[in-house]
Amino acid sequence: MTTTEDVHALAFMTGDEFHIPTYRLLQQDGTLFEGAEVPDLDQDRDKALRIYRAMLTTRVLDERMLAAQRQGRLSFYMQCTGEEAAVVGATAALDDTDMIMAQYREQGALVYRGFTYDEFMNQLFGNELDYGKGRQMPIHYGSRKLHYMTISSPLATQIPQATGYAYGQKMAGEGNCTITFFGEGAASEGDFHAALNMAAVHEVPVIFFCRNNGYAISTPAHEQFAADGIAPRAFGYRMHVIRVDGNDILAVYRATQAARAIAVDKNQPVLIEAMTYRLAAHSSSDDPSGYRSRKEEDAWREKDPILRMRRWLTDKGWWSDDEEKALQESLRREVLETMKRAEKRPPPPLDSLVTDVYADVTPALQRQLDALKRHIRRYPDEYPKGARSLDPDVRAEDAADKPADDDQGGA
Amino acid sequence: MPTMNMLQAINNALDIAMAEDERVICFGEDVGVFGGVFRATSHLQERYGKSRCFNTPLVEQGIIGFANGLAAQGSVPVAEIQFADYIFPAFDQIVNETAKFRFRSGDLFNVGGLTIRTPYGGGISGGLYHSQSPEAYFAHTPGLKVVVPRNPYQAKGLLLSAIRDPDPVIFFEPKRLYRASTGEVPEDDYQLPIGEAEVTKEGTDVTVLGWGAQMEMIDRAVEQAEKSGISCEVIDLRSILPWDEDTVAESVLKTGRLVIAHEAPLTGGFAGEIAAAIQERCFLYLESPIARVTGLDTPFPLTLEKEYMPDHLKVYEAIRASVEF
Repeated sequence: MTTTEDVHALAFMTGDEFHIPTYRLLQQDGTLFEGAEVPDLDQDRDKALRIYRAMLTTRVLDERMLAAQRQGRLSFYMQCTGEEAAVVGATAALDDTDMIMAQYREQGALVYRGFTYDEFMNQLFGNELDYGKGRQMPIHYGSRKLHYMTISSPLATQIPQATGYAYGQKMAGEGNCTITFFGEGAASEGDFHAALNMAAVHEVPVIFFCRNNGYAISTPAHEQFAADGIAPRAFGYRMHVIRVDGNDILAVYRATQAARAIAVDKNQPVLIEAMTYRLAAHSSSDDPSGYRSRKEEDAWREKDPILRMRRWLTDKGWWSDDEEKALQESLRREVLETMKRAEKRPPPPLDSLVTDVYADVTPALQRQLDALKRHIRRYPDEYPKGARSLDPDVRAEDAADKPADDDQGGA
Repeated sequence: MPTMNMLQAINNALDIAMAEDERVICFGEDVGVFGGVFRATSHLQERYGKSRCFNTPLVEQGIIGFANGLAAQGSVPVAEIQFADYIFPAFDQIVNETAKFRFRSGDLFNVGGLTIRTPYGGGISGGLYHSQSPEAYFAHTPGLKVVVPRNPYQAKGLLLSAIRDPDPVIFFEPKRLYRASTGEVPEDDYQLPIGEAEVTKEGTDVTVLGWGAQMEMIDRAVEQAEKSGISCEVIDLRSILPWDEDTVAESVLKTGRLVIAHEAPLTGGFAGEIAAAIQERCFLYLESPIARVTGLDTPFPLTLEKEYMPDHLKVYEAIRASVEF
């Protein structure tokens, strides 16, 4: 629908008319800005600590797993470093049963919801306990019980899916919404535009959460779009929008909490643009020294979201240096222990090559699998993972190796 | 038993599915109050409300992205792509998302509820962009099912199966037959099997195989061949993926000859896949080379459409050549 009035003098608009402010509550020293409205987190010590622990748990996991990748123990890794407040803060503002459809750098959301280091490791090493059955590269987590959609590598495909998922939630009428995370680079994909337009037209309870972290691999944001970030696009779809300091846990939390109310109570989508910085490389295969300066990185390191929240917690008397030290040490220990466990586990069985392509294995696939088994039996040493599946004696030995405390049920 | 054309049969199937299960949701461009440009979704919005049958913005990748999410949530979307020629903006969502959803998540999530309906094929003076038969692109994608009905009875039974199938299905509708093909269609609910070909006529000299609108061409060619004393076995493949190798192989073991016809271009067309599989299984029984009667390796023409089409005369000639080899 267009509402317009006539004019008789030539006048273009330039696209610069909109100035979008950044919502900020917490200063880097851990104190609030003057006039900042304090969110309910201020009165909720347990939740504040759950958030902080999730951020730190994510940071430690990322540090250790990148190191493991450098040691050659892992093929690939991606860090959330620098963006923990954006991801965990947004997740904490939701109901734990709301759907999360993430891009790939949002492991903090999973940590907040209770995904364990064991579960992370099983996916990273693609072993027989990986919920994804060893089919995807590291960091493609998914959890049905935690309402976290399995990650898919193609960029932005999750965004219109979030619109559809949230439409289904609206039809089901259970008061849930969907949040979808994506980077400012992915927002250039057609799927982004399709998703926002359809969400606005069909009045869908979905939150589009853009992590504007400055880079799409090596491409800086100013080469990605000419406009003032992603936020102004919301006007084109007539959608609620807010830009928020993505390194400010209180601002992200409060903004997402309010966005959720708009989405669920009014069935209207919301766009949130979180201004942050990808402190780490794009992935373990990337080297940022080729496209950005150490000085720039250091300036953002000063704005570390975890440090900022820690100072706030400390000022409130909810967190101490001793607690920090103890938690960091126990997390590091846990990463190493869980990694060792996951590394030792066998790969998924050979038959999982052909399951889940369809609900049932088709006759043609069964024939292909049978032919493959015959081939592997001829050259067992050349295909050790597959051969192990075919030989029951090897399996029996593996089973004896398994730790007795294995109780990871339910995906 | 009432007589219906193919559009009426499709509309009837959608009506039954929506009445039975409130999770069934139909949407696409012009699908709402207008009932679709071909009217396949007529009156569904009236009957089931705007939230279950609605227009979408004009964005195919959005329609299928939305449908994937909706299916993952547990709804049963029936998404319409107005012409199969326009399915390609959604190719990424179909090939990388729809087809891989269950596999990549280790069966934590799936989009099995999804059915994509789309009219395909030539013979309507549609030129390049209202005539294509893109089934082979999708046949190359494990995780999808690809189904093509040949008449109203088949359309209703196969569409009901597609909607209820635990896997995502692309349902190609031969638009040339939408109104041209009529036949008796039961009013009641019934399903026809996905993944099973149908032997529509038994014979001994040559097997003639096709799907969708091409079956009409084949039937005419076979009628002519029978008059010349050639006994033809006719098979409607019905499902391109997964396809029924056993039924085709069994027939070719008997006749020793196979002619495959489709509208899509020759190179990379699905006839090539069938020919490869059947020569593997029937090599010593073949009396002549497996023949393909297809469109040319060109974009779909307009003025010279009649010349381009693998019509009954071309199929007849291929049958004759196969028998006389």
